[in-house]
Amino acid sequence: MKNSYIHKKIIFKEKLAPNILRIKVEYSGQVKPGQFFMIRGWSGVEPLLSRAISVADYENEQISFLIEVKGSGTKLIDKLGLGDEISLLGPLGQGFNIESGKKIALVAGGIGIAPLLYLAKKMDGKVDLYAGFREKEYLVEEFKPYIDEVHIATDSGKTGHKGLVTDLISPDKYDLVITCGPMVMMKALAQICSGRVDLEMSLENNMACGIGACMGCTVETKTGMKTVCKNGPVFKESELIL
Amino acid sequence: MMEVAIGNIKFKNPIIAASGTFSNGREFDEYFDIGKLGGIATTGLTYKRRDGNKGIRLYETRSGMMNSIGLQNEGIEEFLQNDMKFLKEKSTNIIANLGGGELEEYILGAKLLNKSDVDMIELNISCPNVKKGGMSYGIKSKDAYEITRQIREVVDKSLIVKLSPNAENIVEMALACEDAGADAVSLVNTFNALAIDIGKRKAIFDNKTAGLSGPGIKPIALRMVYQVAQNIKIPTIGIGGIVSWMDVVEFIMAGATAVQVGSSNFIKPDICMDIITGLEEYMARENIKNLEEIKGII
Repeated sequence: MKNSYIHKKIIFKEKLAPNILRIKVEYSGQVKPGQFFMIRGWSGVEPLLSRAISVADYENEQISFLIEVKGSGTKLIDKLGLGDEISLLGPLGQGFNIESGKKIALVAGGIGIAPLLYLAKKMDGKVDLYAGFREKEYLVEEFKPYIDEVHIATDSGKTGHKGLVTDLISPDKYDLVITCGPMVMMKALAQICSGRVDLEMSLENNMACGIGACMGCTVETKTGMKTVCKNGPVFKESELIL
Repeated sequence: MMEVAIGNIKFKNPIIAASGTFSNGREFDEYFDIGKLGGIATTGLTYKRRDGNKGIRLYETRSGMMNSIGLQNEGIEEFLQNDMKFLKEKSTNIIANLGGGELEEYILGAKLLNKSDVDMIELNISCPNVKKGGMSYGIKSKDAYEITRQIREVVDKSLIVKLSPNAENIVEMALACEDAGADAVSLVNTFNALAIDIGKRKAIFDNKTAGLSGPGIKPIALRMVYQVAQNIKIPTIGIGGIVSWMDVVEFIMAGATAVQVGSSNFIKPDICMDIITGLEEYMARENIKNLEEIKGII
């Protein structure tokens, strides 16, 4: 039997950017890059639904989550302090395939950078990071031991290229492109990569259960409707009907 | 003793997983033994497979959620050949939730289910999320009477009719289903509801409206169950926002014979087990030997 929700104390908390929170909890078990947990940072049923948060890192039996503080649930998590408990269900989803010996570009948009850190740590071969942000970069420094090149774009122009992260990438340089970020960015990337290089996307969608039961997070694929939570969240772009 | 009876079927406890919130059990069986449930209402099954609705399908509200799944399912034949083989090994009652569009589609589906291993059929005339179907039979009592009568003619198994809270008159609706030969009614399905994205100046859902469920609807569901149970002779199955054993006791005290647990399966996959254990402990504490002792007691 799998564990239902477990309760873990927050052992680390920091702000990476004004609305970006990083928390860590102790955990022991198998966790793959690209997998996620359903998280509740409150007791009771309001807000009703748990929040799906991807694993940003897993090391020394500690899981890190990056949380964009945005709505009612994430605001409650933001109010928690060290020693306060969160409830977790997971790890869920299929995660990324770990490739080796390929030239790979990781393309992140905003908080979509989170699952790519743990992935970068697990991959060998030539891996480059392309990361786009609204205001200012975060987390990028921590990729540096594990990757070759870093390319930054911001809407504000405060750091890196002023404009879209998708402006920066030359797909022909790579064997595989892996992306996580806003759908509008990932769709633009799909256009750029089309016919030139394989693209894998980690998707996000409104979820209720996280375990493949509610059919709320489905996406259309060439082989029928698939759930982001259980069949994904990582899909080959060539399989998706976007 | 938590045992209850509905139609000619005995339930070891009154906790049934509600249709559309429990898939066909496989995902939940990884977290607890689903054979411990009183029953499982399958996902809404239609004669032919359906992909469901496009666009956003889920939206959280205060104390609840809205959905517009649109009866995504593999079709009854595929269900019987695949998920039903898994389900029938479980020591719980399998209630096939039958959905559809046109009456003809319902009848074809009912015939297939009637000769299958499912224990009961729950006729869904209350799905708000499919056009031309489902709920259109769940608004006017005479339409509900007609579809129930026609399904009754082709179904020997115990038949539940799942009612919509959007019915013009919920008591008349339940009476019509009883008259047409239903063995029980279950209520309520989701409330037809609307949410708007003010930034986009558009409805959240492609269909504009969607079904509201969750703890926010419980007091209204409870009132409807109370009114219905007072007026019909067949059992009432209470549904709507149940998250704890205390909610179950409220529904039973309002007159329900059994309950279905819906949206809260999403917030904890084994929540039904917490509810069953809590109910058992409550009965022991209060020295209740049979749930009949408190049924409709208010």
